[in-house]
Amino acid sequence: MTTIATTTAPPRAKKLVGAGRRQWIGLLYVAPAVALVMVFFVIPLGMTAWMSLHNWPLMGDHFYIGFDNYVAILRDTRFWNALKFTGYYTVIVTIAIFAVAFPLAIFIEKPRPLANLYRTFFFMPAVVGFASASLLWSWLLNVDSGLFSPAAYELGLIDKKFNLLATFQPAFWSIIAMVVWKVAGFTMIILMTGLQSIPQDLQEAAVIDGAGPFARFRAITLPLMRRTLALALILSVAGSILAFDQFYIILRGGPRNQTLTAVYWIFNQSFVSFKLGYGAALSMVLLVILVALSLVQLWLLRKPEGLD
Amino acid sequence: MAQAISARGKLAARLARHSTGIIASILFVAPIVWTVLSAFKPAAEARLPPLPPWPTTGFSLENYATLNSFGDGLWASAQNSIYVSVMTVILSVIVSVLAGYGFSRFRFPFKDLFFVLILSTIMIPFQSILTPIFLVLTKLGLHNTLTGLVGVYVTLQLPFSIFMMRNAFDAVPREIEEAARMDGANNVTMLLKVMLPLVWPGVVTIALFAFLGAWNEFLAALVLMTDQSKFTLPVMMTALQSGRFGAIDWGAVQAGVTVMMVPCLILFLALQRFYIRGLMAGAVK
Repeated sequence: MTTIATTTAPPRAKKLVGAGRRQWIGLLYVAPAVALVMVFFVIPLGMTAWMSLHNWPLMGDHFYIGFDNYVAILRDTRFWNALKFTGYYTVIVTIAIFAVAFPLAIFIEKPRPLANLYRTFFFMPAVVGFASASLLWSWLLNVDSGLFSPAAYELGLIDKKFNLLATFQPAFWSIIAMVVWKVAGFTMIILMTGLQSIPQDLQEAAVIDGAGPFARFRAITLPLMRRTLALALILSVAGSILAFDQFYIILRGGPRNQTLTAVYWIFNQSFVSFKLGYGAALSMVLLVILVALSLVQLWLLRKPEGLD
Repeated sequence: MAQAISARGKLAARLARHSTGIIASILFVAPIVWTVLSAFKPAAEARLPPLPPWPTTGFSLENYATLNSFGDGLWASAQNSIYVSVMTVILSVIVSVLAGYGFSRFRFPFKDLFFVLILSTIMIPFQSILTPIFLVLTKLGLHNTLTGLVGVYVTLQLPFSIFMMRNAFDAVPREIEEAARMDGANNVTMLLKVMLPLVWPGVVTIALFAFLGAWNEFLAALVLMTDQSKFTLPVMMTALQSGRFGAIDWGAVQAGVTVMMVPCLILFLALQRFYIRGLMAGAVK
């Protein structure tokens, strides 16, 4: 994302305004934004690092303990399990989202009759918030008053109501289904912009050369969409690593703490157990992981468009 | 298409396409419609089987009335959500328009540094700095206030909306500005009367994203708002759904979810053009 910053603005007209005084005015225009970022971002970021070196309870004094929090993290099996689960979830959900979103993007990409209407429908869950979607699905998935289990029971598909949220596998896949439902439309739009940017004559030339749909997809569509694919991938991965709402609202980390995500564990330590220093140290670990990923992703995006 | 396809083949292809489209549309839209319809079931019907989705004994607003009796009530939370979202929209538009204009049209010390600083906040998720934000708000006396939450939400919107506004201002030809300057426009008139109408689509886009962001945000609101009377809708509904107010009333949950979803859906349907545009801007980054 920082690539934007380095792109040079269009050449400025030399004497737009009189002398240097006016230029300082620009500082006034950006001052509110900079102040907000300082107060709500830069200072908290610095504090996270500072706090992570302290024993910092909600009430009472905090004191410096060096790297003890980080040492404690090494032994925190809950956190490592949460991290492992988050990674597992991220891989699976990203694959699932692409598996649904890519065909949808191809489906709506061409300006055909009703394509816009379908696009709108597919996209609707994406504007609903994650919390709303999670609350909605917590009802759909509920064993007694929900939709899936009671309806299946009523239609005679199952002879006993089945609680989808009681054991790991069904609960996990229920969340995957919910997230795909919620996010696929969003990914679809991003992929659609990539598809639309492929020059039409390239495809036509390939048709004339006798390339079938699969060969065209592999030789033209995929390579030319690399940047778009990378972007959609980045957004999906970043979003999944930070997953919280759906696991908190629908599963509460359950069954048997098997679906605690990294952010959920940090939330627990910071705001349930009120170990603020420890929470900060956990945040630092997550932050390092995310920044490392961001750098890899930036590198992925920066690679020039081409046919490899 | 190079190959000739028979008329019958074309018809079959069209049928296949539209049935796929319709089935997929139903899959995406059904949960929403189902919830909205079920929320209208009277309480007595909530105990009955989930099929059909609509109320069989007449539409009722009972669920909405019950919902208003939990904690400080649906209406109180909705008011909090409306306040937070509207303030977030107003402030992020003001701050981003000013900053976008500043970054687009002026040269000043630290300009590039500030711009990179604001944009780079995207790389570091707010989830990882939530604990200190909590402390900063306490220090500022904004802990457990809607104002504090607005501050956080506006800051979250800044990288996207400032980037968007700077590009919008960059796209305005300088000649227009110079002509206005000749006509004696001062800084304020220039921005409000000359520039703003030209970047209006950008403003609508950032306002829409700011609203959806603030209206739907959950984790920060959950952590920062400890007083029940300050709960936003997602927090209040989660408390209700988790049984914090006693036995879970799924009819009330449906009603609450409907209240949370409908504004987003209406705004999206009305402003689709701007939404897609915002996504594209995001994608072009």
